[in-house]
Parts: sequence; structure tokens; C-alpha cells
Amino acid sequence: MFDLDKWQEITTALKKNKLRTILTGLGVMFGILILVTLLGIGRGFQNNIQSSLGNFATNSTVFWVERTTKPYKGLPRNRFYQFTNEDLVAIKQSVPELKNIAPEINGWSGNATNNTFRKDKKGNFRIKGTSPEMNMVNPVDITAGRFINENDLRENRKVITIGPRVKELMFDKDEDPIGQYLKVNGIYLKIVGTIKPLSQNMGNRDDIIQLPYTTLQRMYNRGDKFYSFLATAKVGESVEELQNSIFDILARRHSIHPDDKQAIGNFNIAKLFNKIFGLFNSIGFLFWVIGFGVLLTGIIGVSNIMHVVVKERTKELGIKRAIGASPREVVGQIINESVFLTTFAGFWGLVLGVLIVEGIGKMTEGSPNPQILNPYVDINVAFIALGVLVFFGVLAGLLPAQRAIRIKPVDALRYE
Amino acid sequence: MIRLQNIHKSYITGTNKLHVLKGIDLHIKEGELVSIMGSSGSGKSTLLNILGLLDNHDEGVYILNNQEIKSMSETKAAKLRNNLLGFVFQSFNLISFKNAMENVALPLYYQKVARKKRNKMALDYLDKMGLKDWAEHMPNELSGGQKQRVAIARSMITQPKIILADEPTGALDSKTSIEVMDLLKEINQSGITVIIVTHENDIAHMTDRIINLKDGRIESIIENNKINSKETIRVPQE
Ligand SMILES: Nc1ncnc2c1ncn2[C@@H]1O[C@H](COP(=O)(O)OP(=O)(O)OP(=O)(O)O)[C@@H](O)[C@H]1O
Ligand SMILES: [Mg+2]
Repeated sequence: MFDLDKWQEITTALKKNKLRTILTGLGVMFGILILVTLLGIGRGFQNNIQSSLGNFATNSTVFWVERTTKPYKGLPRNRFYQFTNEDLVAIKQSVPELKNIAPEINGWSGNATNNTFRKDKKGNFRIKGTSPEMNMVNPVDITAGRFINENDLRENRKVITIGPRVKELMFDKDEDPIGQYLKVNGIYLKIVGTIKPLSQNMGNRDDIIQLPYTTLQRMYNRGDKFYSFLATAKVGESVEELQNSIFDILARRHSIHPDDKQAIGNFNIAKLFNKIFGLFNSIGFLFWVIGFGVLLTGIIGVSNIMHVVVKERTKELGIKRAIGASPREVVGQIINESVFLTTFAGFWGLVLGVLIVEGIGKMTEGSPNPQILNPYVDINVAFIALGVLVFFGVLAGLLPAQRAIRIKPVDALRYE
Repeated sequence: MIRLQNIHKSYITGTNKLHVLKGIDLHIKEGELVSIMGSSGSGKSTLLNILGLLDNHDEGVYILNNQEIKSMSETKAAKLRNNLLGFVFQSFNLISFKNAMENVALPLYYQKVARKKRNKMALDYLDKMGLKDWAEHMPNELSGGQKQRVAIARSMITQPKIILADEPTGALDSKTSIEVMDLLKEINQSGITVIIVTHENDIAHMTDRIINLKDGRIESIIENNKINSKETIRVPQE
């Protein structure tokens, strides 16, 4: 409950030496400010990295064709082969840890500068084969219409989804692209959806045109062949095992020597991701340590000041004890002061820290290539910090207070 | 009210041991006005501090208000000081950042008396001391006599049974000293036991009994006639 008397005891004592109170408070304030700001910025770094990964499935691997390096079953070394659509079916059937598998096929944009035409408009865009499964592995946001579906894939439909840059260049501002046609490399394709890549770094960009990979294979006379695909493991399954299982099937189907690892290129993306996340976790941890260290120095400052204050006020405390203040009341008063000082200063540090972090967020918001994205102060962190402040406030007051009551009242009264 | 038997007290400073009180036997009855005299260093303040539970004795028996005081916890001692005792010091010992009224009211704060009530009581006591108009003043705005009267009001506000005053007039001129003594006598006449340490003869002679300390022992006790006309000298028996 709010106790006006206690309150006045605290404020009069702290007001008695304003400058010192303010300086001490500033120590704590900067401590918490730096802690909060560092954590907010750390969060921003992490958000930035995560966003540049664009929700790309982290437990994934990529495969691509290479030349064989060993002769096998009468076939020579240095032989070239290609993956086929049937490989996909076979892998799906016999690899239980597989979640998604999606071939990566890019369209040939021709030698001409422009590969896409509509009315008087033209542009040069990236043409990529896709599938519903591809959108699980390396997803995009569907902003209107729909994504390529299984029927499109099965029936080699001439349908596409387009990125924001394509829409911007090929359509007037007030035009709805859905249902319209684009002439891509001489073939009319119907727009069924507009999409927005989650990141520009992971293969999907704003100038993308996606179509069913089967349609793409036909358009470019690729038969049922492709050079590269992505695969993801189910949650909890190891990507390494997935790689091994897929390798075995592909080796068998393409008559590759079981030991000829170089014949099938593959890369464990999960490993890379883990490295990146590990790095950011360590940076986050480092920020915690630094911020906490600064905060701790602030709190040690409070304890020191409380020491001096209590010493200076020995006589006053002696008088109070002579007229009936119990040890508990003396200790309580000192702790109240210390807790009040730390939490009050800490609170403003927190507020300032949040404002700074938000300011950084605002400043970096518009920039095209932000190093820090959406930094914010976790409310839990704020509460933990305040809790820590109260705790250390008590501790900072407790030690000097114990000293104050250890001396006899008569000695306290005699103190000058 | 107060009974002392063979009280000893030594101070240890470094390797030296200073035997200050060397066996004090004393009985002070309820409602008495007693003074303690003696040369500087004879142990007057030491004795008063022991009586006031501000310090502890090494040896002997101290019975205060029918209660033996023996290695008592500070919490309990604080409660006794608050309820039973009032202090008046030579250097006033007011709290510098509280005004007169707040200073007077402070002992009631430790009795958990509500703010309004205790401030009103403090004003009443200041009024009795003729200091009503000075209630809002800070100690450094008051004269020595005024400060001491504030201190007396503070010692009175809990209606203690005993008031202990260590040279209450030591820092005052003779006229103000007489005023302060009149106040203490008045308080005594209301039934409160008052013990005053002094080395001024005329102050001591305003009390019922003078206890002369010399070198840590009671040298003599002088009984004053209540109206100060006759004096009888009594040497304590061994
Ligand atoms: N805390 C202490 N530590 C060490 N010695 C002390 C302490 N308090 C008092 N003394 C010594 O004890 C002796 C008695 O001191 P006390 O204060 O009782 O004397 P007093 O009779 O009150 O003298 P005065 O008239 O000067 O006030 C003195 O020699 C003093 O130096
Ligand atoms: Mg003295």
C-alpha cells in the first residue's frame, strides 16, 4: 500500500543531496539504457538475417548434376546425365524422411534484351519453373489470385504468377493483371496470381515470372529433365540421412558408382543456417553480457553511494534510534531509498532505451538495405531488467543498512 | 523506577581498557527530579546512556520499570526507548531537514500514529513550549533555547515515564537555562521522572537530589529540600 510517510522519508533523504542522487541515478539509467538498446539492436540484426533468408526451409539440401568420375556397369567415366521427373517420384516413394522435393528449372531468357511482351509494353524478366512444393521450400507471398497448383503441373497449363516488378512494368497502375496474358518467349501465358518474394537473396526476386516446371520443360524442349532440385527433411529428421538416401536412389537410377560421390553435387543448407544462427545467438549473448555488465556497474555505484549516505547520516540514524526507530525501520528506510533510486532511474533508462530502439527502427525502416530490421525491446526483457533492478536495489541498500545498525546508538549519536 | 546494583562499564580502545563506571548503586523513584554531577570524564554521560538503553553495561543489575535490562535485542530496546524514555541532549539532536513540528512528531511515527494525528499532537506540545508560531521552521532557523524546547517537546510527545537530559542547558545562556529548567521542573511536576546531567551548581540545586560522581563511583548524594531551603548531605553506606 502507498504510505505517504515512507514516501516522504525517501524523497526528503534523496533530495538532501540532489546532485549525488542524480549522478547515481544516471549510472543506473545508462546501464539499463545500454542493456535495452543493445538487446533491441541485436534483435534487429537477427530480424534482418532472418528476413533475408525469406522463410527458406532451413532443414534443406540442394542437389545438382555433375559428371561421373568412375566407370561403372560398363559405362565410362566423365559421363553426363540429367535428373528426370521420375527420379522425383522414386525419391518420394522410398525416402520416408523426405518432406518436400522440388526441381529448380530456369527459363532461357533468349538473346534478346526483352523476353516478355504485352501490348506496347515489354520487359526482361527471370523465368522460373515452380511447383506447390517449391513454395513450401522457398516460399513467396501470394498477394492476389492463387499460386501454381498440382493440376497446373499435371496438365502442363500455361499459367504464371508474377512478381511486383513484372506487374509494375507490364500493367498500368489501375489494371488488374489476374486473368490477363503475357507473351513470354513467344508463348501466351495466363496470369493466375501475383506474388511477392519474402527476400531478394534466396533466388526469388521482384522481377520473377513463375510457371509450372512441367510447362517450362515443354516450352524449352527439355523433355522431363532438369539439372538441380531442392529437398527438405521432415521435422526432427537429419538432413544428412536425407542426403544419403537420395544419393543412393539417384546413383542406382543413373548407374553411378555407389562411391562416386562427386558425380552428384549436393550441399547441406541446414548446416549453413545453423552456423549463421549460432553466430547470431553468440552475438545476442555477448550483448546481454555487455549490457548486464554496464548495469551492474551502475548498481555497484548505488551501493557505494548508499554506503557514503549511510555513513554521513550515522548521527541522524542515531537520533532516530534514540527516539524509538527499530533496526527494521532503519534498514527498511535505507533499502527503500536504494530500491526507489534504482527502479526510478532504471525505469527512465528503460523508457529512453525503448525510445532509442524505436528511433533506430524508424531510421532504418525506409532504407533499401537495412543492417537492422524492426529492432524492438522484448517486454519480457524489460520486466526481467526491472526485476533485476529491484533485487539489486535491495542488495545495494542491505549491506550499508546492516552496517548502520551494527553500531550502538550511543556511538551513532556521538558520530560527527 | 530505576534500580542500579554494582554497575560496571569499561571502554576498550585499542589495547587500553578504560574502567569508567566502577560499581554504581542507585535507586531513583518514580516522579523524582534528579541531577548527576561530577567533573569532566567522571562518567556522567556513560551512566546516563546506560540508563537510556543507548549503551549496555558490562556488569551489575539494571532494573528499569520492574524489568531487568540484560543483553536485550535492539528491537526491544528501541521499543522501550520509544515508549518509556525521552531524551534531551546538549546539542539538541534535531533532524536538520525536518521542521520543528515534524521533529516533534517523529517518535509517534515509530508508534505508527497517523500523520494528521501526530502532527496535531506535535503542534499542541509546541504550543505548550510557546513555539506554536515556529512549527514550520527548520532547526537552523531557531535559537538554541528554541531548539532545546523543540527537543523537550519531542521527548514529551510519547508521554514517557522518564526523561533523560544530558547537559540540556550546556549550550544555553543563563537566562535561557533557567527557562529550560523551569520547563523540566514543570514536566517533573506532572509525574514524570527527570534525570539531568549537569555541571552547573545552580542547575543541580533546582533538583530534588544531586548525585555526585567521582572517578566512576558515587561520591555523595545531596538531598535538596523540595523548596530548596535546606540541604542535607548523605554519604552512601558501603
Ligand atoms: N565510546 C567511548 N570509547 C572510549 N572511551 C570513552 C567512550 N565514551 C566515553 N569514554 C571515556 O569514558 C570516560 C567518561 O566519559 P563520559 O562521557 O561519561 O564523561 P562525562 O562525565 O560525561 O564528561 P563530560 O562532563 O566531559 O561530558 C572519559 O574518559 C571518556 O574519554
Ligand atoms: Mg558528558
